Amino acid sequence: MHLEYFHLIDRIVDLNVGERTITVEAHVPTESTIFEGHFPGYPLMPGVLLIEAMAQTSGWLAIALMKFERMAFLAAVKEAKMRAFVTPGNTLKIDASIVHEGSGFTITEAKIRLDGKLACNATLTLGHMAFPHPDLRSHMEAMAARIGFPQQAIAHD
Amino acid sequence: MSTTFDQVATIIAETCDIPRDTITPESHAIDDLGIDSLDFLDIAFAIDKAFGIKLPLEKWTQEVNDGKATTEQYFVLKNLSARIDELVAAKGA
Repeated sequence: MHLEYFHLIDRIVDLNVGERTITVEAHVPTESTIFEGHFPGYPLMPGVLLIEAMAQTSGWLAIALMKFERMAFLAAVKEAKMRAFVTPGNTLKIDASIVHEGSGFTITEAKIRLDGKLACNATLTLGHMAFPHPDLRSHMEAMAARIGFPQQAIAHD
Repeated sequence: MSTTFDQVATIIAETCDIPRDTITPESHAIDDLGIDSLDFLDIAFAIDKAFGIKLPLEKWTQEVNDGKATTEQYFVLKNLSARIDELVAAKGA
């Protein structure tokens, strides 16, 4: 994770377009200015960033299903539960699956596991649209390469 | 057996917390009921699920933006219900 840049996903472990599922890995840094305030003497990964991590995981799945032709944006968060404290140095496994693919939106269920135990979950709605700026698409392609987005997963129908 | 309108009205009432008796076939989802685009995604999800279809919201929105259709054609509930019936019929064809 590079929290300052909102890079919350480190590696795509599995992306199954047919099953419409994704699993990623994310390493919580041992040090960050965020932990200086959240909280002094008791550093915790903020819940909103855990939701963002689930949203980014869901987003990569949505982008894969749309064959990298459109961008996904977080639109709604429902039933978000922070079930365990996530602390500096933790390694998170994040899963997302598709609940519904609508016209212009996708609903996912996402889960964060810590040492195999459910730490957070949420139901997320992502709106999607054509990449609104070429820089954004370039950025996403660079991110995809960095986190091991399997281009072959979207290379065929 | 409830009509398509009855099912849609129930979905809207439950999804958006709008009193069911205020929702009529002539109600405009946006102008009369005050449903915004994000809330309409929840309604679309519920309609898609209930009727086994995929409401073509993006296509409708594009047609409205291009001046090829009016919002009344898609978002007045009797018209929305008719569009749903067409989509259900097309699915079964």
